Amino acid sequence: MGIYTKEISNISDKSSEQLFQFAVSDDHQAEETAYSNYSYWQSTWKSFLKNRVAVFLLALVLIIVFFTLLQPYLPGQKSPTEIYLDEQTGSQARNIAPGSEFWFGTNSIGQDLWSRIWAGTRTSLLIGFVVALVEVVVGIAIGAMWGFSRKLEAPITQVYYIVENIPTTIVLILMSYILRPSISTIIIAMCITGWVEMARFIRNQIVILRDREYNLASKCLGTPSYRIILKNLLPYLISIIMLRMSLAIPFAIGSEVFLTYIGLGLPVSEPSLGNLINEGRVLMMSPDLRYQLFFPSIVLSVITIAFYIIGNAFADAADPKNHV
Amino acid sequence: MLKYIGKRLLQSVFTLFVIVTIVFLLLRLMPEEGYLGAAADKMSPEQQEIYLTNLGLRDPILVQLGNFYTNLISGDFGKSITYRQDVPVLDIIADKFMYSVSFGLGAVALSLIIGVPLGILMAQMKGRWLDRLGTGYIVFVVAVPAMVYYLIIQMYITEIFDLPMLFDEYDPISWVLPLISLALAPTASYAMWMRRYMVDELNRDYIKLARAKGVKERTLMFKHVLRNAFIPLAQYLPATILFTIAGSIYVESLYSIPGMGGLLVDAIQRQDNNVVQGLVLVFSSLGIIGLILGDLAMALVDPRIKLGKGESVR
Repeated sequence: MGIYTKEISNISDKSSEQLFQFAVSDDHQAEETAYSNYSYWQSTWKSFLKNRVAVFLLALVLIIVFFTLLQPYLPGQKSPTEIYLDEQTGSQARNIAPGSEFWFGTNSIGQDLWSRIWAGTRTSLLIGFVVALVEVVVGIAIGAMWGFSRKLEAPITQVYYIVENIPTTIVLILMSYILRPSISTIIIAMCITGWVEMARFIRNQIVILRDREYNLASKCLGTPSYRIILKNLLPYLISIIMLRMSLAIPFAIGSEVFLTYIGLGLPVSEPSLGNLINEGRVLMMSPDLRYQLFFPSIVLSVITIAFYIIGNAFADAADPKNHV
Repeated sequence: MLKYIGKRLLQSVFTLFVIVTIVFLLLRLMPEEGYLGAAADKMSPEQQEIYLTNLGLRDPILVQLGNFYTNLISGDFGKSITYRQDVPVLDIIADKFMYSVSFGLGAVALSLIIGVPLGILMAQMKGRWLDRLGTGYIVFVVAVPAMVYYLIIQMYITEIFDLPMLFDEYDPISWVLPLISLALAPTASYAMWMRRYMVDELNRDYIKLARAKGVKERTLMFKHVLRNAFIPLAQYLPATILFTIAGSIYVESLYSIPGMGGLLVDAIQRQDNNVVQGLVLVFSSLGIIGLILGDLAMALVDPRIKLGKGESVR
């Protein structure tokens, strides 16, 4: 024992007074918590950029979207609906192979395929975006009510069982059969079936999350329900929502093709990718004319695959578990 | 178990009743020319009115609904208007039913035989070339509208292998392409599900323990992982079977197979309200039956699921 007391007194002899000063209490500093540079959207974007294929496809989709909007105003473009006449014979310029005058050729009644494809892409993308948007908004609203409100749970579940039991295709066919075909009726028909999946997804997640401790605490502190939903629950679901939304776009475009095929699509005067593919399909038997099927099919496939891959990549990136 | 089945059946009957009612009411919103058929142009407005009254379309809507139910229960779906005039809808559908069923079942069998092993292989070789190839296939099939690849198959595969382009009942080789086309989508979804569940299962603790104690990889796969991964598949199986039947609309009309899907396209194009109504009812009841069978299959395969308790929405 004696040795240690000696050493301790030795140390205190050596230490100077300056080393042991009272710290000043600073209210401002006390309020500061640990701070990191983390920003959710920045990290999401960073991890999204790591996926080269998805970035490339995103750029491609952006270019396509801008180009479809810009194309009618570019110089030297033909009208998508005008029927062109052959200068020498005066008859319709039917089925002209791709060349310098008609870049993608003409169709069977002499319309310019190049401008028809871009007009059709514009229509199809419009349908896709609107349907996806409605689906997400309605799906989240209903899903949130479904999961969060105990009064509404039973009735919505009953409605869900009924809607879910009918094959989607059948609803789509029935609705478009009853409504007159136009862009808005096609959008309505798709929205009627589209929200169901989204609502179920949101509902299941909310049921899992709503009784966690932090939400209980929030509720005890008197947070209103809408704020719990918007601030506590939905941020959890961003990656799922983004995924569903980007998958809804190719699905809507594909449904338009399907409806056109069975004869419930847009009128022929309204170019859409479905209409173009259908026109091309009729001419499939003669190999020289297959370009009329190829060009719209390629544009369609590129767009749908791009949205699918971008959606998956973004969902991965938006999941905070994948952020470093 | 019996109690659960009874409850589930009762619920389905109710759902079916609601669907039938909705379909009926929706079809009453349709233009009435659909009921007149080819004779519409020859009739004066008064004659049209009399014709429609005779059909019962001028009765109060509740009376119509009542008649509709009594007819349905006695198996009367009405008569075709334009597709095959005055032939009962039920007879027309009955002719077509077997084609759709055999193609549907064949396609699901094919997709199970190919899709499930593909998913297993992909999970085992995660990140290697087979996995990437399979993922590419799945992305393509899921993302690209079915129309595009059906047409490619019909255009080129028929040329390359010199196969017939249209369906012929007595020529077995003409069954091949429609079957393959029909099987592409369910194969992709089975492979996708299988791969996902296998990967999930392989990350679990009990698998790690089994590995650590030296269980052979083969035994591990077949005895532990596969059994667990099969549970969710069992639930989707009946639904896929029935949805494939309904989803064969493209393939049937592309290859002119005389099935229900092709019939639906024809009936829509000829505006035959009664046939459309009958087909919609058949397809929706098939969907409902599929979902019930799925729930039951799931309950049979997975002993952990206690039916009737803690029901959750799938």
